[in-house]
Amino acid sequence: MSSRLTRGLLSALAIVIALVWVFPVYWMVNSAFLPTAILQSFIPTFFPVKGTFSNFAGAVADGSFFSALGMSVAVTLTVVVFCIVFAFLAAVAISRFRFRGRRSFVIAVLVVQMLPAEGLFIAQYKMVSSVHLLDSVIGVSVIYIAAVVPFTIWMLRGFVAGVPADLEEAAMVDGLSRFGAFMRITFPLLAPGLVASGVYAFLQAWNEFTVALVLLPSESAQTLPLWLRGFVQASATRETDWGQVMAASTLVAVPVIIFFLIVQGRLTSGLVSGAVKG
Amino acid sequence: MSTVSNARRGIRVPLLLIVPAIAILVLGMGYPMVWQVVTSFQEYGLPQQFGKPAPFVFLDNYITLATDSQLWLVVAKSLAFCLVTAFLTLGIGTALALLMSSVTKTARLVLQVALLLAWSMPVVSAMTVWIWLFDRRRGAINYLLDMIPGVNMNRFDWLSTPLTFLLVASIIVVWMSVPFVAFSVYAGLTQVSDEVMEAAQLDGANGWQRFWGIILPMIRPVISIVLLLQLIWDLRVFTQIKLLQDAGSKSGEFDLLGTYIYKLGTSAQDFGMASAVSILVLGITVALSWFYIRSLLKEDEA
Repeated sequence: MSSRLTRGLLSALAIVIALVWVFPVYWMVNSAFLPTAILQSFIPTFFPVKGTFSNFAGAVADGSFFSALGMSVAVTLTVVVFCIVFAFLAAVAISRFRFRGRRSFVIAVLVVQMLPAEGLFIAQYKMVSSVHLLDSVIGVSVIYIAAVVPFTIWMLRGFVAGVPADLEEAAMVDGLSRFGAFMRITFPLLAPGLVASGVYAFLQAWNEFTVALVLLPSESAQTLPLWLRGFVQASATRETDWGQVMAASTLVAVPVIIFFLIVQGRLTSGLVSGAVKG
Repeated sequence: MSTVSNARRGIRVPLLLIVPAIAILVLGMGYPMVWQVVTSFQEYGLPQQFGKPAPFVFLDNYITLATDSQLWLVVAKSLAFCLVTAFLTLGIGTALALLMSSVTKTARLVLQVALLLAWSMPVVSAMTVWIWLFDRRRGAINYLLDMIPGVNMNRFDWLSTPLTFLLVASIIVVWMSVPFVAFSVYAGLTQVSDEVMEAAQLDGANGWQRFWGIILPMIRPVISIVLLLQLIWDLRVFTQIKLLQDAGSKSGEFDLLGTYIYKLGTSAQDFGMASAVSILVLGITVALSWFYIRSLLKEDEA
C-alpha cells in the first residue's frame, strides 16, 4: 500500500472518529432546538430543520435559571479574584525567592492539589454548617478557593519563572526599587499567565458539582450545575421534556465552551510540562 | 535564578507573600482534614448531630470497615472501574494522538476541534445529554444499535443492572477524559524528532517496531503521568455516578466509593464511618500521587 493511500485512509478514519466524538455535543444542541412533538417520536431527528427557540424560553420561564446564574456569577467572581491574588503572591514567593520552608510549602501545595473533594466533603459540610454559612456565597467560595489555588500557584509559578530576573535587575541598576522593577517590568509580562489562571479558576468554580451539592442545600442558593440537575429531576416527574432539558444544558455549557477554547493550550502544558520536558 | 537582595532584605518578604495562600488552604482543606481524621476515631452518628458529645472509639470505625463485606465490594468495584476506565482512556487517547501525527493537516484540525468540544462540556451538561442518548425509549443509542441486523435493543434499559450501569459510566468518563490524554500525548509525540524516525525507517524498522522501539520509550514520561492522573480521577468519580443514579436507581448495588461516602454522610448521618472511608480514599490517592508529585518537584528544582 502506498504511503499516500495510507495517509488518506487514516485521515478519513480521523474524521469519522471526530464525528463520533463530537456527536453528544451536537446532539445536545440539536435536541435543544427541536420542538417537543418531534422529540416525542420514537425515531430520532438528526437535523433541527424545523428548529425553534421555544425550549430555551421554557427552560428559563420560571426565573430560577436567572437566580442560579446570579449565584454562579457571584461565586465564580469571588473565586477568580481571590485565587488570582493569592496565587500570584505565592507564585512570586516561590519563583523569586529561596527561603526556609519553601520546599515544604511547595510539597504541601502539590499534595493539596491532588486531594479529592470526594474525600473531604463531609468534613467541609460540617465545618461550613457549624459557622452557619451553608447556602452562602462565602462558605462555598472558601472551599473552592482552597481547592483551586494550588494548581493556580503552580501554573503562575511557571509564568513568573519564565520572566528572567535579569530584566528586573537591569531596571534596578537603572534606579528603580525592587518593587518598582517588578511592577513595571515583570508584571506586564505576566498578563497572559494571569488570564490563563483566571480562566482556569472560572472553569473550576463554574462547573463544580460535588461540593456545591453538599454546601448549597436550598433551592434558592443553587449554582447552575445544581439548577440543571434540579431542572432534569423536575422534568422527570412528568414525562421528561428533553427539548427543554437540552436547552437548559446548552445554556450552562456555552460560556464554558467559549472560555475553554481560550485557555486549553496552557492547561495541558501546565499539567504535563515536567513530563514533556523530560 | 538569582535573587540579589535576599540576604539584605531578610526572609520576611516571601513569607508574607505566602501567608494568604496558606491561610485559605488551612481553612478550606487543613481544618476539615484534621476534623476528619479526629472524627474517624469517634462514634459520630445521629445523636452527635444534635449536640451530644462524640465518644472516642479509637479504631472501631476502621475495624467495622475492614470487616464490612459491602464496603469491600464497593472498593473492589471502584478499583475495577478505575483500572478499566483509566487504561481504556490511555489506550484510546494514545491511539488518537498517533493518528493525529499521521494524517493530513485538515483531518488533524477536525479531530482536534471535535476533541476540544467534548473536553469543554461541563460535567453536568455532559451527563444530561448522555442520559438522553442512552434513554430507554427514545434514546439515539438504542435506536442506532437496533438498526444493526440481529440486534434487538428496543427499550433496553442500560441503567437497570450494575454492570451495564457501570459500562455507561465508563463510556462517559472515557469520552470526557480522552481529549486530555490525546492532547498531552500528542504534545509528547511532537518532540520525537523526524530525523530519528527517518533513520529508523531507513534501517528497515516497520511501523510497529518504530512504535515500540522509539516512540514509546520517548513518550513514556507523558504516558505515565497521564495514566496516573486518570487513575486518581477515576477512583474518585462522583458526579457521573450520582447523576446516573438520579436517572436510574439509587440502590447500593450502583455505588462506587464517592457515592458510598456521600450516602454514609447524608442518609445514614454516620460521620464517623464516612470519615474513615474518606481517609481510605485520601490515603490511596496520596499514595498514587506521590510519583506525580515527585516528578513535579524535580521540575521545580530544575
